Amino acid sequence: MQALTQRSKIVSDKKMTFLERIYLPAILGGVMITIKHMFKRSATVRYPEKEREFSEIYRGHHVLKRDDKGAERCTACGLCAVSCPAEAITMVAAERNKGEENLYREEKYAATYEINMLRCIFCGLCEEACPKEAIFLTDRIVVTDYGRDSFIYGKDKLVEPVDARIDVSKRQTKEVLEFKKLKQLTHNK
Amino acid sequence: MMSIFIFKVILVVAVFAISLFMAAYSTYAERKVAAFMQDRIGPDRAGPFGLLQPLADGLKLFMKEEIIPSVSNKFLFVLGPCLFMITALMTGVVIPWGDSLTFGGVEYKLQITDINIGILYVFGVVSIGVYGIMIGGWASNNKFSLLGAIRASAQMISYEIAMGFSIITLVMMTGTLSLKEISVFQSGGIDGHWNFWNVVYQPFSFLIFIICAFAECNRAPFDLPECETELVGGYHTEFSSMKLGLYLFAEYINMFISSAIISTLFFGGYNFPFMHDLGLDANIITILGTIALFTKIIFFIFFFMWIRWTIPRFRYDQLMNLGWKGLLPLSILNLVITGAVILYFNK
Repeated sequence: MQALTQRSKIVSDKKMTFLERIYLPAILGGVMITIKHMFKRSATVRYPEKEREFSEIYRGHHVLKRDDKGAERCTACGLCAVSCPAEAITMVAAERNKGEENLYREEKYAATYEINMLRCIFCGLCEEACPKEAIFLTDRIVVTDYGRDSFIYGKDKLVEPVDARIDVSKRQTKEVLEFKKLKQLTHNK
Repeated sequence: MMSIFIFKVILVVAVFAISLFMAAYSTYAERKVAAFMQDRIGPDRAGPFGLLQPLADGLKLFMKEEIIPSVSNKFLFVLGPCLFMITALMTGVVIPWGDSLTFGGVEYKLQITDINIGILYVFGVVSIGVYGIMIGGWASNNKFSLLGAIRASAQMISYEIAMGFSIITLVMMTGTLSLKEISVFQSGGIDGHWNFWNVVYQPFSFLIFIICAFAECNRAPFDLPECETELVGGYHTEFSSMKLGLYLFAEYINMFISSAIISTLFFGGYNFPFMHDLGLDANIITILGTIALFTKIIFFIFFFMWIRWTIPRFRYDQLMNLGWKGLLPLSILNLVITGAVILYFNK
């Protein structure tokens, strides 16, 4: 059978030599390793005072985007819920009434939209599935809590505020930005 | 006479306080050393650099619920940790913490008592110490505790023999059992007499002694009496609150005392190189000597920790093999060779 990697070693049960049996050379070697580590820089980040730098494409707390005019982009199509491998997303759709055009972008919207942050595995498939560029994962941390109920995030926590937009340009790949330039497509109108 | 009495009382209290202080800060040092060796930073929240951590730990232990199992033998259950702590503190009595200070024509020796069987006394008291573990482990009425206690006593017996033999070589060289006289024997410099530290004459004795000291203190790699992976907590599984604290604390005191004894027996005690050639006042040399002794002690405490965070635990059969088949014959051989050499040179 061919080896999968070159790292496998052939083990043998041969007798230890005298130097190995008195342990001392091996102990000396080990002791040298540990003393070397004493002078290495520690990997610890003193958390509350200092935060570790996030990766540019960190996948954290979701955001439901609004469009340029401040209307919610989500149309409650349910593709994110279908794509979610952890089944963390639930929503209830509703029809837009007259006079709500500035609130919701299209005729249908999500009356409730909930993500269970304890189920969510932050894979980003919801954002990939979304045809309306409504849901994105951001570099914000989902904060800890004592109860389970508080981890079911509703629209109050997910929809971005009109006056405090959340930048998600880092989550959009080059291909997406290229695609968005094609103005003849209905998606980009 | 009265002034010497008062001085002795002060010295007793000082040694007691220093032992406790060193034990408390050994727990802190242990965690820091472990952290540094594992590329971490260790406790740093309580006070600057976490220096108040031992106080916080002690306070925590005091506040914990005190549990005495209903199936245990209550008297022995309480006696165990007390005995362990008392014996740990008793050994500091014979160690010469320095030479002597002279004030107003009166000589104050920095040693609580210089009994002429100093080493034997230390050995005797340390052997009683294992009763603390045994009684505590047995009285818990818990099989893990009992196994830990049995291991502790078996280990103590196996390693004390080799340790004793390694000390006998020193006794043969110096012709005395008093720790003070052994210290004096190692005092020397360039001026006329060349006395080296005993480790130069007896490297094998030192090696055997330090290995046995690890076993006697139940320190890794010989911490089988309390090995967490097999025995939950070993002999102190059932102990809680300050009774557990006493066990843990006494162990660090034992470590401090064994470091002091190793320094005294093999590394010159309070002597440091060229101490008689500096031309300083005797009192200043004494103080410098005490500082030198504590430097050596702290180094050996660090060494204990260094080894602990380097070497994995021995298996029980390996431990017994090493003790009976390795160290014991080696120490006897060392004894015979030392005897032969002494006989040859003294003829």
